Amino acid sequence: MVEIDMKMKMQRVDEIIEGYKGEEGVLIQLLLDIQSEFNWIPHGVIARISERLRIPKSHIYRIASFYKAMSLNPVGRHIIQVCLGTACQVRGAPKILDRVEENLKIKEGGTTPDMRFSLKRVNCLGCCAMGPVVVVDGNYHGKITPAMVEDILGKYK
Amino acid sequence: MPRLNSKEDLRALRRKIVGMRDLTMPYITLCSGTACHATGSDAVAAAIQKELEKQGLTEEVGVRRTGCHGFCERGPIIIVYPEEICYLNVTPEDVPEIISKTIKGKEIIERLLYADPNTGERMVHEQDIPFYKYQTRLVFSGNLWVDPANIEDYIALGGYRALAKALQEMTPEEVMEEVKRANLRGRGGGGFPAGRKWETTRDASGEPKYAIVNCDEGDPGAYMDRSIMEGNPHRVLEGLTIAAYAIGATHGFVYVRQEYPLAVSNLAIALEQAKEYGLLGEDILGSGFDFDVKVHRGAGAFISGESSALMNAIEGKVGEPRPKYVHTSEAGIWDKPSNLNNVETLANVPLIIEKGADWFGSIGTEGSKGTKIFSLVGKVNNTGLVEVPMGTTLRDIIYKIGGGIRGGKKFKGVQTGGPSGGIIPEQYLDSPVDFDELTKLGSMMGSGGMIVIDEDTCIVDLARYFVDFLCDESCGKCVPCREGLKRMRDILDAMVAGRGKEGDIELLKEIAVVMKKASLCALGTTAANPALSTIRYFRDEYEAHIKEKRCPALVCKDLISYYIDPEKCIACLKCLKNCPEGAIEGEKKRIHVIDQSKCVKCGICYDVCPPKVGAVKKISGKPVPPSLPEVERAIRKGKKRGGGSD
Ligand SMILES: Cc1cc2nc3c(=O)[nH]c(=O)nc-3n(C[C@H](O)[C@H](O)[C@H](O)COP(=O)(O)O)c2cc1C
Ligand code: SF4
Ligand code: SF4
Ligand code: FES
Ligand code: FES
Repeated sequence: MVEIDMKMKMQRVDEIIEGYKGEEGVLIQLLLDIQSEFNWIPHGVIARISERLRIPKSHIYRIASFYKAMSLNPVGRHIIQVCLGTACQVRGAPKILDRVEENLKIKEGGTTPDMRFSLKRVNCLGCCAMGPVVVVDGNYHGKITPAMVEDILGKYK
Repeated sequence: MPRLNSKEDLRALRRKIVGMRDLTMPYITLCSGTACHATGSDAVAAAIQKELEKQGLTEEVGVRRTGCHGFCERGPIIIVYPEEICYLNVTPEDVPEIISKTIKGKEIIERLLYADPNTGERMVHEQDIPFYKYQTRLVFSGNLWVDPANIEDYIALGGYRALAKALQEMTPEEVMEEVKRANLRGRGGGGFPAGRKWETTRDASGEPKYAIVNCDEGDPGAYMDRSIMEGNPHRVLEGLTIAAYAIGATHGFVYVRQEYPLAVSNLAIALEQAKEYGLLGEDILGSGFDFDVKVHRGAGAFISGESSALMNAIEGKVGEPRPKYVHTSEAGIWDKPSNLNNVETLANVPLIIEKGADWFGSIGTEGSKGTKIFSLVGKVNNTGLVEVPMGTTLRDIIYKIGGGIRGGKKFKGVQTGGPSGGIIPEQYLDSPVDFDELTKLGSMMGSGGMIVIDEDTCIVDLARYFVDFLCDESCGKCVPCREGLKRMRDILDAMVAGRGKEGDIELLKEIAVVMKKASLCALGTTAANPALSTIRYFRDEYEAHIKEKRCPALVCKDLISYYIDPEKCIACLKCLKNCPEGAIEGEKKRIHVIDQSKCVKCGICYDVCPPKVGAVKKISGKPVPPSLPEVERAIRKGKKRGGGSD
């Protein structure tokens, strides 16, 4: 099962690489595509890219660890982004983050042991007028209060 | 669609599109910008579709999904044409009524209109609502009319006319001169004159030349670039293409944040359509001018918005700044001359070409021409995107447009200029807002974030927040920036934790001087601004933290305590049940008490205590009063409790 999974994964990776054939400076775009596809960038995939594009692995790791949008660790089934941009900050976002951390018993950047949630803090999601904002799996929740946190999390099993 | 080969073709197409549109026909536009997506515009759109089908009106009523209208807090927003009735906070449940009453019956639904918070007066049209009334929407206006996925909407509004004029009637030098004469200054932060930057790239040697749009918008709290790109991408592409023509660039990039998925996808559609219509790519509008544009998605690093870092990223390298021996306008992407402009800067260009530099120069102040879009957010009543002429006062923006401070709180300051900006206090509310005035006040324009704060925000904590942000975002390449920020963070961390020392303020200032002098890029040279500007205007708050271990805004956890006022507590058990630490002791008819040793200061008790009761208090700088002796904690009947004044 795991092996079939891996094979399919690699096929998809090859397809993504193929899509950028003949273009220069594509590494970041490619890694972003992989990130959207798998929600993280597995080590095996980095090896594959390195081999196919003849880019040193160390360089790929450097890029992937530089950018916030890329993750080198497996992530949970649901991704929670708590905005701590300035507009959300002044409207009480730190308390929201505290509440989520407390609820899930993980710190920002972490994943629950049951792989249900990964928690990230982000700097501005571009809907500051509705702050504080929490995004779960791409669904925006605006004007959040600490008391609403539990209900929102409960929607994602 | 056959491609357009001249200005005349474009004009003929526009005539055709406009001619086919019946302006007396009922039309619904629904805002579908990101914020309105968040508040449910998809569901509203589905409801409209369903209801029109049900009532057999799909042929008679037009529907258009547009980009952001600016008043995001009140979204989803619907405007019903031709009467231009503006409905706010629309839900799918409202839709059947809108269609049967307003569309068919020409009747206004009062409940969905804007109500003035002071007088309760209802307002039918967008332009009557104070939030819009005092704005001058030149750059942003297209967002109200255009479906970003339909190039013909943009053309119908006169889109690409400026490009046609530039290509067919003007030489590249004339275009550049016009923009120089208009004194269009960059909206991305620095305020550098766009025309002069174009000239540098034009005069630099090396081929090909590049023209790039910066839609990285890393500035937290600002989202105007996103809204323009999302809602009216052709406006940006038109501006970029005009710039490319003036510069002699044949290749272009749009650098856009991956975190802006709607902007990325609307942009991709716009690029395809522009190419199809002959407005981009080879031989644009039959002029012989070629310009090819690619999209590069940014991956969430604030520093990558800096010009040389951005160019590194486009090359596929780590998005860190390069040493600035050579300007990117002379040696940028692959060391070729590369011109970088912000989204809003370029969105102004078609206007200047079409209406002329004199017209543009008639708006704004001596040194800052045109309008600026601000992201008015934080503790104001009306939040959203606001476009005003340069020189409008802070007071007009915050009070006339923003409707003042939320919840009757007291205004403390307004943060402008992004993480490296500053906080402007009350005594400068009457200052006109432009590039130079804001700099004089120790802040800056930045990309146009305007975050209003009230008495409940702690200045020291906010300064710490910005320093922490910049510390995380510093790429660490140069020592003054990396180490300076770390030291500043340590000092501010200690201050908010009650470990501040005499002399800390002076130390912060010293570090600031070094960072300003010796950092490589603007992140480092401006990173001390948040601390410096707040020390300048709010020194007393710093001193309260250092000397009295007191947080006047009652924010810093280590300096405050929660306490239940025995005179007010009605023993309703709410706080007790909600306290995550079990730190509250009490029962029915027994005044509740917080065990300070267990309390983690999460503030939940403060939030859940009924507002009318208001028994939970925050105190700072003084000890918590001792709790009542056990015998006095019983609440006897008859005695009125709760409420009252503090
Ligand atoms: C750390 C840092 C981040 C920046 N981020 C952005 C950004 O997100 N968007 C932007 O337009 N300019 C940003 N800039 C400014 C750019 O370097 C550049 O000056 C600007 O894009 C030029 O466009 P303009 O002249 O039209 O303003 C940033 C600068 C620095 C130092
Ligand atoms: S919520 Fe307020 S009134 Fe109710 S028990 Fe707690 S402190 Fe007393
Ligand atoms: S602040 Fe939090 S931990 Fe402390 S008493 Fe209130 S609810 Fe409990
Ligand atoms: S600051 Fe939170 S969405 Fe912008
Ligand atoms: S997204 Fe709808 S008004 Fe801003």
